[in-house]
Amino acid sequence: MKNKNSFEIIFFARGGQGAKTASELLAHAAVREGKFVKAFPHFGPERSGAPTKMFLRISDDEIRTQEPIVDPDVVVVMDETVMDNEDTTKNLDRNEFLIINSKHPKEEIRKKAPDFKGAIHAVDGTGIALELTGNPNPNSVLVGKLVQVTGVVSLDGVTDIFREYFTPKLGKELTEKNIAAIHAGHDSL
Amino acid sequence: MIHKTYSIQNTKYNILALTGGAAAAEALRQMEPDVMAVYPITPQTPIIETFAKMKADGKVETEIIQVESEHSAMSAVVGAQAAGARTVTATSSQGLALMHEILYIAAGLRLPSLMYVSSRALSAPLNIHGEHGDVMAVRDSGWVQIFSENAQQAYDLGFIGLKLAEKTRYPVIAVMDGFHTSHTTERVEVLEDADAKEFVGEYSPEKYLLNLEDPISLGALALQNTYFEFKLDQEKGFSKIKNEYKKICSEFRKTSGRSYKLFDSYKLDDAKEAIVILGSTAGTAREVVDKLRDEGRKVGLLSIHLFRPFPYKEVGKELAHIKKIAVLDRAMSVGAYPPLYTEIVNSIYHATSRKIDIASYIYGLGGRDTFQKDIEKVFKDLEEGEISEKIKYLK
Repeated sequence: MKNKNSFEIIFFARGGQGAKTASELLAHAAVREGKFVKAFPHFGPERSGAPTKMFLRISDDEIRTQEPIVDPDVVVVMDETVMDNEDTTKNLDRNEFLIINSKHPKEEIRKKAPDFKGAIHAVDGTGIALELTGNPNPNSVLVGKLVQVTGVVSLDGVTDIFREYFTPKLGKELTEKNIAAIHAGHDSL
Repeated sequence: MIHKTYSIQNTKYNILALTGGAAAAEALRQMEPDVMAVYPITPQTPIIETFAKMKADGKVETEIIQVESEHSAMSAVVGAQAAGARTVTATSSQGLALMHEILYIAAGLRLPSLMYVSSRALSAPLNIHGEHGDVMAVRDSGWVQIFSENAQQAYDLGFIGLKLAEKTRYPVIAVMDGFHTSHTTERVEVLEDADAKEFVGEYSPEKYLLNLEDPISLGALALQNTYFEFKLDQEKGFSKIKNEYKKICSEFRKTSGRSYKLFDSYKLDDAKEAIVILGSTAGTAREVVDKLRDEGRKVGLLSIHLFRPFPYKEVGKELAHIKKIAVLDRAMSVGAYPPLYTEIVNSIYHATSRKIDIASYIYGLGGRDTFQKDIEKVFKDLEEGEISEKIKYLK
């Protein structure tokens, strides 16, 4: 099949945490690298605080399917309380990744996803973001972490796009603080 | 939205990550209409929102008319286009329904406007998500209808649509699937501004209301003695659209390198079973066709672009050798077979005397997701001969 090499990511978050921005940022960076993308939200009701889902496909070839992602390669959880109500690691295999915004130890996170046998990469996205940007939105940190774990796009590609896209909106200072948060996510253990 | 021109292997491309809505706005910016009437409605709003920002940023000269309803938006389109301006608008769902009365007037007066529709379900019950119920409800209004599968096609078919409108003097609706296309960020290759402008050219109508040298009247009363002839003329002209569309598609291929036809046949040549479909779910179905082909099944797909005027003869010819067909409609005609199914049955009836088994499926109403496994089920039904006159639902 043509699209076996399509890389598929699901973001679980709550409205307002910036999952849409994160996935679109990665989509833009991938397109800049000559790749094909499809980034789209789970088209449910959108309100601040409600659980949300974003889908992102990245591929070297044209992506044709329009179905929501059912078998992701990576899952990014921006708010770990979403795991209480959603089967976030469904179809996530042993060799695939769960990236999560959490300051809890991995053993504790694994209790929430007992069937998942793959690697868990936790980073305190909210804490780091608060410290570096003054804003608790964990998306910048988690984008950095995702790039570290998967290498699906280059770190420079993401930060270049972020700078281009957000400098007019956020101003230079806050943009650079967020880029520092991306770097912090990327460099986290 | 990010704009950037850069080079890959020494070829200059404009490759952007855009939603279907932003891609439509980008196409409109390059067309630079004289007038755009705007009224927001989900899931069309990204189009006018993005365009309004372009205007605010000084990237287009277009006069934006903010109106108080879609009925007024379409009325403004009629007024501006009749005056001699290149005019566009965009809408969805209830907005398109509210325009209904004026759609017939735009078409009857032969005013060649372009309208992007981000298709969406109609109330009640209230639903803001994608389906084709809104565009199907205006399929007999005299507007040309062109369907796109993704953001790239939404961008491209806008250009083809505008040129087709101005060439034939019939208004055109360019349809994208609400949310699935309008709100999905994809890789879109855009034209250079100069190429885009050269492709659409200047709009110089032969007759228009504000031409004081050659005054005309529009909207005349036509009663029992002439109305019928007006309608026959409208139909006669409409039947020439297909050929014009083909010519414009071939010009567009020269400009863009991308080719469009009345419909897109996918692996149909030696197919025994096929699905016929409109819009974004065609992409999902292509994946399934490839998967089943790998398993040795002779399956194919026909994705229709030009829905009005419907190319009965060409579609009939394309499908005449298929043994079993499933037609997938993303709209319901309450109390009747759904629209695309009806057109396909008509196409086949006139193309061959051979009996073709043909099944009707309705899917994706109100934004219900359609998965590859749903499409696989349809092909399985065809394989097993589960075909009857009964409409089936992919829920």
